[in-house]
Amino acid sequence: MPDSNVNSVTLIVNGSPVNVLAGTTVAVAVAIAGRPCRTSVGGEPRGPLCGMGICFECRVSINGRSHCRSCQIVCEPGMEVKTDE
Amino acid sequence: MSRDSESRFDVLVIGGGPAGIAAAVRAAECGVRVGIVDDNPALGGQIWRTGLGNAHSDDAKRKMWSSRLPPEVMAFYGTRVFDQAAAGKLLAEDADGVRELCYANLVLATGARERFLPFPGWTLPNVMGAGGLQAMVKCGLPIRGKRVVIAGTGPLLLAVAAYLQKQGAEIAFICEPAGLVRYPGKISEGLRLKKALAGIPLATKCWPVAAHGAQALESVTISRAGKKENVSCDCLACGFHLVPNTELQALLGCRITGGYVQVDEFQQTSVSRIFCAGEPTGIGGVESALVEGEIAGLAAAGQAARARQLFGKRRKTRRFTTILDQAFRLRPELKHLPSAETIVCRCEDVSYSRLQEQQSWRAAKLHTRCGMGLCQGRICGPATEFLFGWKQDSVRPPIFPARVASMG
Amino acid sequence: MSTAAYDVVIVGAGIVGAACADEFTRRGMRVLVLDRDFVGSGATAAGMGHIVVMDDSEAQFALTRYSQQLWKSLRPQLPDDCEYEQCGTIWVAADEEELEEVRRKHAYYSQRGVPVTVLDPQALRQLEPNLRDGLSGGLLVEEDIVLYPPCAARFLMERARKCGAQIRLGVTVTHLGQGFVRLSDGAEITAGIVVNAAGAWAAELTGGIEVKKRKGHLVITDRYAGFLRHQLLELGYLKSAHSVASDSVAFNVQPRRTGQILIGSSRQYGAEHREVDQQILRRMLRRAQEYVPGLGALSAVRTWTGFRATTPDKLPLIGPSTGDKSLFLATGHEGLGITTSLATARILVDAITGAKPEILIEPYLPSRAAKESVHA
Repeated sequence: MPDSNVNSVTLIVNGSPVNVLAGTTVAVAVAIAGRPCRTSVGGEPRGPLCGMGICFECRVSINGRSHCRSCQIVCEPGMEVKTDE
Repeated sequence: MSRDSESRFDVLVIGGGPAGIAAAVRAAECGVRVGIVDDNPALGGQIWRTGLGNAHSDDAKRKMWSSRLPPEVMAFYGTRVFDQAAAGKLLAEDADGVRELCYANLVLATGARERFLPFPGWTLPNVMGAGGLQAMVKCGLPIRGKRVVIAGTGPLLLAVAAYLQKQGAEIAFICEPAGLVRYPGKISEGLRLKKALAGIPLATKCWPVAAHGAQALESVTISRAGKKENVSCDCLACGFHLVPNTELQALLGCRITGGYVQVDEFQQTSVSRIFCAGEPTGIGGVESALVEGEIAGLAAAGQAARARQLFGKRRKTRRFTTILDQAFRLRPELKHLPSAETIVCRCEDVSYSRLQEQQSWRAAKLHTRCGMGLCQGRICGPATEFLFGWKQDSVRPPIFPARVASMG
Repeated sequence: MSTAAYDVVIVGAGIVGAACADEFTRRGMRVLVLDRDFVGSGATAAGMGHIVVMDDSEAQFALTRYSQQLWKSLRPQLPDDCEYEQCGTIWVAADEEELEEVRRKHAYYSQRGVPVTVLDPQALRQLEPNLRDGLSGGLLVEEDIVLYPPCAARFLMERARKCGAQIRLGVTVTHLGQGFVRLSDGAEITAGIVVNAAGAWAAELTGGIEVKKRKGHLVITDRYAGFLRHQLLELGYLKSAHSVASDSVAFNVQPRRTGQILIGSSRQYGAEHREVDQQILRRMLRRAQEYVPGLGALSAVRTWTGFRATTPDKLPLIGPSTGDKSLFLATGHEGLGITTSLATARILVDAITGAKPEILIEPYLPSRAAKESVHA
């Protein structure tokens, strides 16, 4: 875990706080929280594949907005992230 | 619905990787009004992704080019072009709204993505693209002490391995179907990487045949010179060369042959005033992207003579482009990686066996939902082209999912 | 008939051709189906899959109602990927005038045994909370169905194939009639009966019939389970669907079983190209958002177009052609081909085999619109 006294950001992933370095993407924060991003149509856990906004496997809900591509969004303090929307 | 923000540019650049930055820099030097659009939170593209500021080999070059980008160039981050409203007018969306981007000249520097091939277990979390894992690590994913298997083909693999090792990852294996012998490596860079990677087991004639794990990856079975062995690991980074992003070019009517956008000596496509630079014209790496971007930027700004001065430099980089395509041709054995149950279309969870019954990409889409999901076939399209020889059908708007309010 | 290679050759493997193939084979006939592409690749792939009872005319009501009953009886056999769902239709009234139409429709359907309920604004909001405020009410038609047409067509075709029908895909027919069809490679196939089920392209194969292409656009969203529960149409839809002259759009949205929302609809004449028309698309999406403002925030994944086979009187052409006794038509279904495919096949085959039909075929006979010179 990154040091919380360095330039860090705390956001909420599925109700639990996660502390990350400033500049970290939401996809990474979700991975640090130990969660898959979504459950597939057939019920499988899925995480990021392409890391560049193409595959849509990393989508989560951010601040109530569903289907956000978390690999292209930088963490902000207090952000509410929900996986498996 | 409000399409409030309308912007007009003499030269509009789509894509903020090396080719796009170079195009914007050179066009701006000519004193014209320039805009640059990228869907990432910052410029740099995949290869120059800065993320948390970890230093890497291209850092100096990136800094140099980025510093040449004058403040007058209007940059749109986190913005994705999804349609053309009319000739000379693109529609783009960001987190909050939609923009109309009007241009007199357009430079398309849309880069490339990794090609993924399905094999049992490839949908498990922590199985990622090689570039995909690198991007995640650049964006903060802790990798120190993690055991990583790197597999597949393409110019990224060794660079990714070197990068991850530098970040503290334990590279368990590099699996290469072809083998370094055929690796062009741009000679000097290749050797440098080889040295950096000393001590890492490099297996040739080797590819992943299955990934295992319950909720996430635990181990990988690799086929190595015909024998199977199991390797425990935390991450599998696996991509099979690159596929150019040509959806926008296709939407705008640019001629595409053999998967690549056709351009003239000024990087102009078959559509007048629309230019293209970088990977969409041929997978050639950073050097090639930069010089193509420069030429496209100058030509788009009306400076043909200055663009011409760069033709020689481009000629040298093109040789490398040809070598890459030959070196990273896919082995036919890779067609047999999926089992009947292996998911091919990850968006809609369509298995290999369901696709085997289909005659074409369109038939597969309509009868199995393959390619009907959010990625719009960007992942399963290149895979099914390799597996079944299917050609994807025509591109329709929106070329990326967009909010209904943005479209109407 | 016995000297011909087949009893029946059906040209077109859309939902109508598939339903015909199924019906003919079940009555013991030797059937061949030809299509230039694959099963369900034309309007069947483009349509919404709304199995709806309509009341523009008695004839339209009879055909749609009968066919809907046939779909209901087929339900137990339909595979899961047909996504059959009896979600019902709500005709939405925006003002007092449209509410008048709700009452008229209610009386009409009730008299004919179709279960319908008039919804006041409160009941409407309860059933569909994402509709905008201030609507006047609506009519719920409970037995209307939604399904996924390409898979339904495939099911019918597979069933026909298992009963002996032959299917040749990827072949182009250049001539049909006089007891044979000719393919683009010059091959000729003889048949006792030839059925033109080529949808919007039927008139290219059979001269003298008035079937025109009417282009439509659709948009589909990502999955938003529960966002809508019924197929929703504005009552102004009828005005739009009837307007023969100009391009029109109407609010017509459908919840798919996947949770996706299918957004329609548009109607254009004289537009022969497949490209998405920006103007019409924007008008269509704005109309939909006027009724369901929350749609605006949903992700649209895909847009496509298709061609309805339209006739001047809005009724399909079912039955013998006017000039050629061996040639039968099953086309011109406009936006109701999925709904009426099963009934079309049933009454067509009834007419050919001399069986007593459940509903009269007369209103749909091609001879009703016969022009002076028929048939090329």
